[in-house]
Amino acid sequence: MEQILANGVYLGSQYAMIALGLTLIFALMNVLNFAHGQMYVIGGFVTYTFYGQWGVPFVLALVMSCVTLAILGALIERYLFAPVIKGSAREESTMLLAAGIAFLLDALILIIFGEKQRGVPKIVDGVFNYDFRLIMPYDRILICILAILSIVAFIGLMQYTKTGRALRALAQDRTAAQLMGVNVDRYSMIGFALGAMLAGLVGGLLVTITGVNLGMGGPTSIKAFMMVMIGGAGVISGAIWGGIILGFMEAIGLAVLSQYGDITYLLIFISLMIFLAIRPQGLMGKPWG
Amino acid sequence: MGFSIQQLVAVGVFLLAIFVGVPLLINATGRWDFYFTLTSVALLAIASAGVWLTFYIGRINIGQGAFALIGAYVSAILVVKSGLSFWISLPAAGLFAGLIAVLIGLPILRLRGVYFAMITLVLTQVVTLTALALPITNGAKGISNIPLPSGVSIFGIPLIPDFGAMENTKLAFYLTACILMVVTYAALYRLVNSRLGHLCRSMQQNEELASSIGVNIAYIRVVIFAISSFFGGIGGAMFGSIAQSVYPSTFVVADSVNFMLNCFLGGLGYVFGPILGTLVLYFGWDLLFELGKYQMLVYSMILIAVIRFLPNGLLSIRFGKGNNK
Repeated sequence: MEQILANGVYLGSQYAMIALGLTLIFALMNVLNFAHGQMYVIGGFVTYTFYGQWGVPFVLALVMSCVTLAILGALIERYLFAPVIKGSAREESTMLLAAGIAFLLDALILIIFGEKQRGVPKIVDGVFNYDFRLIMPYDRILICILAILSIVAFIGLMQYTKTGRALRALAQDRTAAQLMGVNVDRYSMIGFALGAMLAGLVGGLLVTITGVNLGMGGPTSIKAFMMVMIGGAGVISGAIWGGIILGFMEAIGLAVLSQYGDITYLLIFISLMIFLAIRPQGLMGKPWG
Repeated sequence: MGFSIQQLVAVGVFLLAIFVGVPLLINATGRWDFYFTLTSVALLAIASAGVWLTFYIGRINIGQGAFALIGAYVSAILVVKSGLSFWISLPAAGLFAGLIAVLIGLPILRLRGVYFAMITLVLTQVVTLTALALPITNGAKGISNIPLPSGVSIFGIPLIPDFGAMENTKLAFYLTACILMVVTYAALYRLVNSRLGHLCRSMQQNEELASSIGVNIAYIRVVIFAISSFFGGIGGAMFGSIAQSVYPSTFVVADSVNFMLNCFLGGLGYVFGPILGTLVLYFGWDLLFELGKYQMLVYSMILIAVIRFLPNGLLSIRFGKGNNK
């Protein structure tokens, strides 16, 4: 039981970070970022290259992941999303663009990093063992703590800084924010960069445990969509709840249902559908209409 | 509804091109592999027609892969395990997909916008996982060695020849797929220009308003979703029959996304948009095959460039913004 709870916290904290980036981008620009999983994979590969191949300290490699993704996100927003949102008759065109970007990033990952599964040496050795009831390698604990710290830092940024206030205003009402003197274009770009950066950070953190490979992008995006749906799209607390709930469901499912074969996700999907039928806007989301 | 002479000529030219022109061209050039590509285009266009129809009531459907997979499995199971004729299993596959769509659609069609898009995307994954878990679908091994469609004759007059006895099934499959596609789009055109089509347009613009003037929106959206999934099921069943095998990975999330892309690319304002979108996307992908590992890169860059400079779809060049709305 303790083991399942610990696994849930561990999974939930990483999932929450992935969902945070996705929900931030959605809240600001109404864009469903299909490429989120690919950004996560790129973050993993950057950390792998710096830490695993060139021997740069892990923290520095993580920073490099963040910087790379932030720049990538800013460029994508500035030169692709912003013009398309302005020029398109329908908002949905951005989905097509996002899907195109997902393909593009997949292709770039394949060409730059190859298709092999990559892993890095452990950052901390040893296993935490509490009476054989709770077994957890130290590096997982470290990653979990780092993830929670990042989430706290992110919330702090959103709540207490000028940038965060501008971003929240933008998410609430674009026009009103503009009238209050928020530079909408600039903060959209910052927001997108921040969302992409979060994806890169999780990728960098997780490469130390699960490694990284080309095929991880799509499934990660789907998981992120599910978390956002559980919590409510565009709501930060919702993304965190969604991540934690999905993490716990996965941890419990893998422990309890393993003898029936691989049906954990099937059950999660079905319960998600039932949940959404009762509460279409998710846990924290605002109802529409 | 009246057709102008121009429209009739355009339809005539199109029919002539796909039923006479393409076989002649392929015969002349000897590129027999194009038959398979074009057959796929026709079948994927059928499934994309369904996606387009859900767009028509203002919903973004990224779940067509799910219904295509359901259709493929239903047809395969009926043919292999019950020994039915493929021509009976084809409508059965469509109807079953439609039935599932009614059951799933009742709850999820209450969702809107991005929520509906996400849940349909998840749905594709659910069906893939179900196909892996159920015993009747044979898990990851899938169903292979599906016999070719048999012949149909009424009172001794052969209506459809036996595909198994044919030397050249490629042409037969191509023609079948094209006939199906033409019928699908004719039905779609008729639907869009009927009373139901007008109601759909009213829902696309404002569901509350439509509901307030007496449109039964809950009923219409389920009906439309069922029709849409029917198309998906038909397309998938035919696809399985051509490939003679079905696996859980036959239609995955990427396929669902592609169906959606086909519609976007062709332009959502025009009924025949999905055909053009499918043709461009699938053919483009196939032509880029020679680029090897750069195939995806070039393809996605072209895709992004198209959206960047023509955000309202390919057909928007000719028809202008806001046509047919």
